[in-house]
Amino acid sequence: MASEIKSTVFDPLVDNNPITLQVLGVCSALAVTTNMMAALIMSIALTTVTAFSSAIISSIRNHIPSSIRIIVQMTIIASLVIIVDQLLKAYAYEASKQLSVFVGLIITNCIVLGRAEAYAMKNPPVMSFLDGIGNGLGYSLILMVVGFFRELLGAGKLFGHQIIPVANEGGWYIPNGLMLLPPSAFFVIGLLIWLIRSLKKEQVEPADYQIHQVHRTEVL
Amino acid sequence: MTENNKNQGFLGNLLSLPNDNPKKTIIVAALLCLVCSILVSTSAVIFKPQQQANKAADIKKNILAVTGLLTEDADVNTLFEQFEIKVVDLATGDYADIDPATYDQRKAAADPTQSIELPADQDIAGIGRRAKFATVYLLKDGDKAKQIVLPIHGYGLWSTLYGFISFEADFNTVGGLQFYAHAETPGLGGEVDNPKWRKQWQGKKAFNDKGELKIEVIRGHVDFKVAGAEHQIDGLSGATLTSRGVSNLVNYWLGKHGFGPYLKKMRAEVEK
Repeated sequence: MASEIKSTVFDPLVDNNPITLQVLGVCSALAVTTNMMAALIMSIALTTVTAFSSAIISSIRNHIPSSIRIIVQMTIIASLVIIVDQLLKAYAYEASKQLSVFVGLIITNCIVLGRAEAYAMKNPPVMSFLDGIGNGLGYSLILMVVGFFRELLGAGKLFGHQIIPVANEGGWYIPNGLMLLPPSAFFVIGLLIWLIRSLKKEQVEPADYQIHQVHRTEVL
Repeated sequence: MTENNKNQGFLGNLLSLPNDNPKKTIIVAALLCLVCSILVSTSAVIFKPQQQANKAADIKKNILAVTGLLTEDADVNTLFEQFEIKVVDLATGDYADIDPATYDQRKAAADPTQSIELPADQDIAGIGRRAKFATVYLLKDGDKAKQIVLPIHGYGLWSTLYGFISFEADFNTVGGLQFYAHAETPGLGGEVDNPKWRKQWQGKKAFNDKGELKIEVIRGHVDFKVAGAEHQIDGLSGATLTSRGVSNLVNYWLGKHGFGPYLKKMRAEVEK
């Protein structure tokens, strides 16, 4: 039991990471990682929503009519997201201003619905809650790593504190403007996936097709 | 007692129905909607006062920041009490008899009875409609205003920028410029928030000796040897459209269709 809990919570961190292995939830990983503070708030919000939506859906899983199950899941997720959004607006106003529409977009984050459909519909509430926490943490880990590189290289800051003196304030570092734009997150996430799959070969997917070696003699 | 039993019976019956039974499907859907809507509306009602307080405090903070009064640990509300708030009729430039505490300029701009539609040739700020009345914040020293804060807004590249511009006692020298809401590209147009760039606005003159509006965000760096440098601000590199948007919106709001008439009157009064 204890090992099951451990694997439910910790597997999604690296071994079964929702972003780098399943490649889910990438759009928000691009949008909110320009600075680490926004990434942190987003991570907390998403982890909370995933954990509670999984727990709630799991607790009524035996009575959800299969014909409307996705709608039921979405309704629960959407309600939770609105509540989180209201909470942020009330108690973390600065952060919610920065995240703007992206909190609302947690509703469309594939990780939340993915965990509800894949895990919470088949497992008891407590385990589903932990599964939500685990996947939320996996998402958070990637967001923080991407946010770290983007904020450091793009603005010379971490959590809003100047780490490297930048050129337009008299320092030596000329910030890389591309790091602040969404495409840079693709590069960072791509490099991360490359790194993880180089270290953990079992994550490498088999190729869909075989590149056929054509020898000159064969063509002729 | 019987009521209770009946309830339990109903619920028990419902739960024992197969999941794909149409009756159960409808009832589960209805119950779920009911519970969720209660939760959502409760949270909206509970957090509303706090959210409104946050918004109001944020605007106050920005007004204080643009006048340079904001300090790290001071209480925003007490500092803000120094301001005298008035509502100006933009067409005539006179103070209007409207309670500033209840007047919301952003709401008024969306209300057809309280705003005017701007013809395309006037609408350099890209805002479409403009409220007939605007709120101004005066910082007084005895009878005379020593600083004034005006709300401004207009379109940049991606978004409408909302902010404040402040003037010194001569109603010509800029005290500061600050935006409290925008969605320009972080690192490029978003540099309108950069303190170093904002600082350039301090001490610039909006009008020349003849009273013509001259303030402008130019491309590249200001050459201080050239005449007119006191009206110019460096453009943001990599953000030509945002810079142009800021230039346009400042020009619109200080121009004759914005606060122009009001500022003219105030300047005339100062000179007297």
